[in-house]
Amino acid sequence: MSEKQAQTGGIDVRYVANLARLALTEEEIATFQGQLSQIVEYVQAIDRLDVTGIEPTSHALPRYNVFRADEVRPSLDRDTVLRNAPSSRDGQFIVPKIVE
Amino acid sequence: MKLNLSTLTVSDALAHMASGDFKSIDLVEALGAAIAVRDGELGAYVSVDLAGARAEAEAADRARAAGKAGRLCGIPIAIKDVLNVRGQPCTCASKILDGYVAPYDATAIARLRAEGAVFLGRTNMDEFAMGGSTENSAIKRTRNPRALDRVPGGSSGGSAAAVAGGLALAALGTDTGGSIRQPAAFCGCVGLKPSYGRVSRYGLTAFASSLDQIGPMTRTVRDAALLQEVLSGADPMDATCVETPVPPYAAQLTEDLRGMTLGVPAEYVVEGMDPAVAQAVQHAVERCRDLGARIVEVKLPHTMFAIATYYIIGTAEASANLARFDGVRYGLRATGATDPLDMYKRTRAAGFGPEVKRRIILGTYVLSSGYHDAYYLKAQKVRTLIRRDFEQAFASCDALLTPCTPTPAFRMGEKTQDPLQMYLGDIFTVTANLAGICGLSVPCGVAPGGLPIGLQILGPAMKEENILRVGHAYEVARGDQWLG
Repeated sequence: MSEKQAQTGGIDVRYVANLARLALTEEEIATFQGQLSQIVEYVQAIDRLDVTGIEPTSHALPRYNVFRADEVRPSLDRDTVLRNAPSSRDGQFIVPKIVE
Repeated sequence: MKLNLSTLTVSDALAHMASGDFKSIDLVEALGAAIAVRDGELGAYVSVDLAGARAEAEAADRARAAGKAGRLCGIPIAIKDVLNVRGQPCTCASKILDGYVAPYDATAIARLRAEGAVFLGRTNMDEFAMGGSTENSAIKRTRNPRALDRVPGGSSGGSAAAVAGGLALAALGTDTGGSIRQPAAFCGCVGLKPSYGRVSRYGLTAFASSLDQIGPMTRTVRDAALLQEVLSGADPMDATCVETPVPPYAAQLTEDLRGMTLGVPAEYVVEGMDPAVAQAVQHAVERCRDLGARIVEVKLPHTMFAIATYYIIGTAEASANLARFDGVRYGLRATGATDPLDMYKRTRAAGFGPEVKRRIILGTYVLSSGYHDAYYLKAQKVRTLIRRDFEQAFASCDALLTPCTPTPAFRMGEKTQDPLQMYLGDIFTVTANLAGICGLSVPCGVAPGGLPIGLQILGPAMKEENILRVGHAYEVARGDQWLG
């Protein structure tokens, strides 16, 4: 939780955008801060409801632990999949250096 | 024979092709010509694969000649740009999937293909299906074919515009909070959101996994029934898709509603509702009564909390699902990054449009440490209450009748600066997704200016046959004055 959020009880767009791995411009931060503060205030409407003893619904159908047979099956062809990669070599994705 | 592309139904086209009046290739050529003439203005399609469609149509014609016609043999269908069709782009109307080519068929596509359907092209949408006007597309604008200064609705706005505008016989859309039903209502066509678990989502780019469904958009309820029979059914590639047997929806349609009880929810009247919408829906309810249905009033008391609940759960799930777009495996990668974290941030900043960014931020916030219980967990509990409302209503009703949207199609640009106003328009459609039930939108009138109005028919989970039966009987009684 950011200090700003702790103090104001609202959303701190700059802080949350970093959690979401989004680089925003100062202009975007200002616009989203206004719009999202309004939206957060609106969704706080559910605070008015007493939900004591109500089970959460994570899924509309009561369905748990769907198993299938543990069998080897063909999957997508590696070279076909790698054709979508922005950068690849020797059957692998290339990314900027992670460890110095 | 002369083809009237703006009124030809799937079911009539199948009959004509069976009796040799025309072939699939004739349909594809005629639609290709219509797209060339009209789609510059409408903008329904983001890409058209006429060469591929011709090859598929010729294969379908050969299969038919050999006596091996599938259930949709030779029918050209437009596909929302969020479903993977092998060898075609799938951009989700986003810059972040620029250059992506689908390496496989979505299960919904494979099922249509197995029955001989022809894939004409890919339709425009709000980026990643987030929006209600198709104005959030990063690719182009789509206009409402009934009124060119109006939005087609969204997020499946391109599919609705293609079907209503005479540029496809049918289309697939997806519906997370109304994205099939609302554009169908705005453009004056039929849209079916199946029950959660009815259609496999394998190969659908996920927005909100506990809410998303794929469904047909057509000119008649019978056509929706025909497509739904093909789309429905369990799939080992989607564990959320259930084994419930698929009824012969089209064969079960009737022209009366005797023995059915239809509920009218008192809560589905909101401030700012267009009087023409209320009046058209009231007329439709009376018409259903005349067809033999018993009409009762029902209560769905938690409706007023549905938008808040939907935008917490939907954005939370979206923030998780869209984490996969990081520039590593497909699509756009921003240049100049010094490390992976920097690459993710720059790629996502460059690739996502404003609405997608807003929803990712909101979803990340409601899931973040210190807020999860107050927002996400609480919304899931309210979701239980909304689901129970419907369970109680369906204890005494076979289906519910409501408006699909509070107003007809709004003007392009009217709501783009005010995301909350755009969200509030989803009030009558988001509840079905939260509850996992099925819903159908059928044209039921026009507002001044010729703007279509949609009647929404909601049914219990896995009871598509109920809403298709109501929709068909109503549609036959209504007549076809809103088609074409």
